[in-house]
Amino acid sequence: MSASVSPIREPLVTGGKTYHDITEDICSPTERTPSTAWVLAFIVSVTGLAFYVFCVAWTVWNGIGTWNLNRTIGWGWDITNFVWWVGIGHAGTLISAILLLFRQKWRTGVNRAAEAMTIFAVICAGQFPLIHMGRLWLAFFIFPYPNTRGPLWVNFNSPLLWDVFAISTYFTVSLLFWYTGLVPDFATVRDRAKGIRRRVYNFLAFGWTGSAKHWQRWESLSLILAGLATPLVLSVHTIVSFDFATSVIPGWHTTIFPPYFVAGAIFSGFAMVQTLMLITRKVLNLQDYITLEHIESMNKVILATGTIVGVAYLTELFIAWYSGYIYEQFAFYNRVLGPYYWSYIGMMSCNVLSPQIFWWRKLRRSVLVTFVMSIFVNIGMWFERFVIIATTLARDYLPSSWSYYTPTWVEIGLFIGTIGLFFTCFLIFTRVAPVVAIAEIKSILKDAGDQYVGPEVARKKAESATATDTH
Amino acid sequence: MKTYNKEVLYGLYEDEQVMLKAIREAKAQHLEIWDVFCPFPVHGLDNALGLSESRLHISGFVYGAIGALLGFGFMTWVFTRDWPIIFGGKPYFSAPAFIPITFELTVLFASVGMVVTFYTICGMGPGVLNPTLDDRITDDKFCIAFDTTNTTEEEQDKLRSFLSGSGAAEVDSKNI
Repeated sequence: MSASVSPIREPLVTGGKTYHDITEDICSPTERTPSTAWVLAFIVSVTGLAFYVFCVAWTVWNGIGTWNLNRTIGWGWDITNFVWWVGIGHAGTLISAILLLFRQKWRTGVNRAAEAMTIFAVICAGQFPLIHMGRLWLAFFIFPYPNTRGPLWVNFNSPLLWDVFAISTYFTVSLLFWYTGLVPDFATVRDRAKGIRRRVYNFLAFGWTGSAKHWQRWESLSLILAGLATPLVLSVHTIVSFDFATSVIPGWHTTIFPPYFVAGAIFSGFAMVQTLMLITRKVLNLQDYITLEHIESMNKVILATGTIVGVAYLTELFIAWYSGYIYEQFAFYNRVLGPYYWSYIGMMSCNVLSPQIFWWRKLRRSVLVTFVMSIFVNIGMWFERFVIIATTLARDYLPSSWSYYTPTWVEIGLFIGTIGLFFTCFLIFTRVAPVVAIAEIKSILKDAGDQYVGPEVARKKAESATATDTH
Repeated sequence: MKTYNKEVLYGLYEDEQVMLKAIREAKAQHLEIWDVFCPFPVHGLDNALGLSESRLHISGFVYGAIGALLGFGFMTWVFTRDWPIIFGGKPYFSAPAFIPITFELTVLFASVGMVVTFYTICGMGPGVLNPTLDDRITDDKFCIAFDTTNTTEEEQDKLRSFLSGSGAAEVDSKNI
């Protein structure tokens, strides 16, 4: 079959793979005993998770007083971490939904792991508003259920309640989307398995047979879920930004927040995908499926969104000055030059300045540079949320209640603990599920495999054409 | 394990293009294909088999509409009839503030409803075991299957020679 793809386009699957090679390469990591590196990483992650459980227990037992929050600083590391994790959780849906609608074939190499990452990141994010309530056992109060107090309903006008609906819908839809994509691949694993493994994957594969009608419905379902998830993913971070934007706090009350938060979410999400995928492709030997082409494409997204975020930072400063409103002006003066100036510097240098190196193709295609940059972006985006939350609250309208907020060990422990939770989930995922979407890679093989397309193939074709001409 | 109580004659192809050609051939010869199984969604298969378009998206629209009406209607009822409270000087019926939750519920209902519908109409679900013809169909084999439950030897021989003649690498039959 001749592929109708431009010859200058780089192949997305290298190594001259056949369909069977793809199955073999992607399923085998789930069938081997785990490597030492995996076991060590798992021990470290589970230790982090255990520490997290301890810190939650400590907070619940002793109360929120174990954190350094006070009258003006009602939100500290907790909500910073919440927004950070939610932001990270945006890349999965973006890659699988928006890039599906845009027909970007490079999505197939990374979508599965990115969606898994989304789900785990949203789980981590969801922890913070709950623990932050203090009385964790009353968390069900946030849902409008018929109760014996009237019934007294929740406030549907509150952005915090919108957040409850947005995050829980986002989690549910991402999970369904991810699992529906996984079902055919679980069937592939099932059909290779024996004994107890076969029984487990029989359960997980939902009785998938690969019938033509099922594939047709499956494609239709994926497309519509993508169509629904696209506005959903944009709505989620928009609503998270409403938590701030609908308040009357200078520095928060800005209309630029929704697009600026969404761009930041995509930015940080892609950075986390890079961090994870660079390690995963190396450890699981998936360099033929997650190629430099994929890494470069993601770096381009990071460059674009990082620059959008940078423009947003500068716009905020300009509008604060231009508004002529002294409280707004002070809020931004304080952000840049106040007691938390170091976090502003961290934010600006990690998020705006450092991604600019990706204008150079050579650096975009360097694995090492990409890895370091992805860590930088993760740090920078954490600083961004800290800058927005802490610097603003530490200097409110009343100078008598100004203070300087530093976290206690419990708050730091909760943050480190969710990283443990995240990596524990991700490491288990790499053991039980195919980390690359097998069926989707197979479906693009003849359009993007290096034995069918790419400059090398084009050159060979041209050579054979001239050879026949001369004869 | 579920069973279809069918005797199935099937051929396994190595390449999807060969299989597509065989399907078109079978259509031309008016052979009735029971089902086709593939390891991935093959482009052009729906047309070759003459499958009608999936109506799943219609159900998605209906579920979404139910979610939207339910969400918006419930919030309106709570704030205008059941327990009217003034928040921030807004009117009781503050429709713009209901939009975010209405949107989320639209998406939630449409997605959950469609996924449940999908698994139900495909006869799939947690722990369901549907019979399969060959373990390699989820790997790299493309399968065309004929229902030979109530057919004569002659007809089966015809189908068998069609399968091997159209490029099937293996031909076999199975009771499922």
